[in-house]
Amino acid sequence: MTERTIRVLVAKPGLDGHDRGAKVIARALRDAGMEVVYTGIRQTPEMIAEAALQEDVDVVGMSILSGAHMALFPKIMELLGEYGMDDVLVVAGGIIPDEDVPTLNALGIQGIFGPGTPTDRIVEFIREHAR
Amino acid sequence: MIEDLVEGVLAGRRRAIARTISLVENDGPEAQGTLAALHPHTGRAHIVGVTGPPGSGKSTLVNALALHFRKAKTSLLLPESDVADTPPRIGIIAVDPTSPFSGGAILGDRIRMRDLAGDRGIFIRSMASRGNLGGLAWATADAVKVLDAAGFDLVIVETVGAGQAEVDIARTAHTTVVVEVPGLGDDVQAIKAGILEIADVFAVNKADLEGADHAVMALRMMLDLDKDGAQRTMHHGRLMEVVARTGRGADATSGSPERSLAPPGAGQASAVTGWHPPIHKTVATRREGIVELADAILAHREYLQQSGRLVWRERERAAAELETIIQHESLRRVLARIDGAQLRELVERVVQREVDPYTASQQLLTSLGLQGRKGQTPAPE
Ligand SMILES: Nc1nc2c(ncn2[C@@H]2O[C@H](COP(=O)(O)OP(=O)(O)O)[C@@H](O)[C@H]2O)c(=O)[nH]1
Ligand SMILES: [Mg+2]
Repeated sequence: MTERTIRVLVAKPGLDGHDRGAKVIARALRDAGMEVVYTGIRQTPEMIAEAALQEDVDVVGMSILSGAHMALFPKIMELLGEYGMDDVLVVAGGIIPDEDVPTLNALGIQGIFGPGTPTDRIVEFIREHAR
Repeated sequence: MIEDLVEGVLAGRRRAIARTISLVENDGPEAQGTLAALHPHTGRAHIVGVTGPPGSGKSTLVNALALHFRKAKTSLLLPESDVADTPPRIGIIAVDPTSPFSGGAILGDRIRMRDLAGDRGIFIRSMASRGNLGGLAWATADAVKVLDAAGFDLVIVETVGAGQAEVDIARTAHTTVVVEVPGLGDDVQAIKAGILEIADVFAVNKADLEGADHAVMALRMMLDLDKDGAQRTMHHGRLMEVVARTGRGADATSGSPERSLAPPGAGQASAVTGWHPPIHKTVATRREGIVELADAILAHREYLQQSGRLVWRERERAAAELETIIQHESLRRVLARIDGAQLRELVERVVQREVDPYTASQQLLTSLGLQGRKGQTPAPE
């Protein structure tokens, strides 16, 4: 295999109970030739970091609607760092107010995509930035 | 780099384990060296294959089994272990198919294994089949070796279906659990040929649904019908296949692979007391029937140990592994020494019917200094 397959963890942190958006993204990434580890809803920061570690993914993509991102994302980034996964690309989607974006970027979340972002753009972003 | 990874794997460090699995999965340039360094540390884990149709509840079963084994005492799993009170460490490899259209995959097995999250004694890795079924068995076996070397006592491999790839994967497992569900068992024909060869234990999952008893009956009937055949295929056929394949390439007069690879009891007139694959009903979602299924897995392990077949399976596997590597490697070396013009000319001569492909190959190999088998010199022109 010459071109390495990009592995992505698609996770749904927080308590909101539906994952339609996450599934759409998962399918789009698969259709773009990526291997998507999909873990389902209600993932704790520990579960997400642990799955990223075990699956040795290149990318962690998180989708959140509950508004708990400012509570959950810092914890997830901290755990990823603790596990030595500093080189992993982290992207987030869902409902994230503009004023939170700089803080999240500073945490190391590189791509932030609002609702309705065309999946092509996300695919492209990942292709460009994955380690 | 390799040294660090190897050291990390042997110390059971999760990051190193994960990276090493990626390395062997991608068959990178450092994969061989890494596996070579890990090899002396493998051979301890009991390897369990779980296979069956999509949606039959394999992942849910693996989740329930792992939960159960983590509560059980290690002594059940490793009688020789001196840490009888620590639960066994469990590695899980879950394989899902790669999309033939995009080459991508959605690996969703972790969804059903969320009860295992947070348990440091468990390591779960999802793998895509990557469209290369021959290579899948290979990549899976190598990933198993990494987990084995990392000290996992039990390694569970989940795969879909019962095709050739699964049969190959089953060869690397010590105990193969075949999962069926009610409905499929209605028709004996619906039970895929091939599963009898690989099944050491059957689980009829979703036993809460109608038709579970019927499925059990159909399976039992099929097993009874195939009793002698199945025993032969299961316990002698695989080996003989290896021997036959090995024998073909070897000098028939020197050394007898049959002897060194023979299973205990083979060649004796009396039948070996065989293993009769038990059938267990389970409701994985409610964790019903799990204790019985887990006990059957342990009983099979014990059977393998007591009968000497564990060692024999190891030998069989090593033989098959060697053979495949030799095939690849010798082809690579031969191709590196053939010059293009010579090959083109040979192809042309075959096309023009001046020479047949067998003779052409024999001549080519002989010209490279590789003599044919005794008594099988190239046909005179
Ligand atoms: N009714 C019933 N459903 C089950 C049982 N075990 C698993 N399932 C469900 O079957 C579906 C597929 O399960 P999964 O473990 O992902 O199957 P796999 O594709 O074989 O790994 C899920 O919706 C499970 O909740 C069972 O014993 N009874
Ligand atoms: Mg599954």
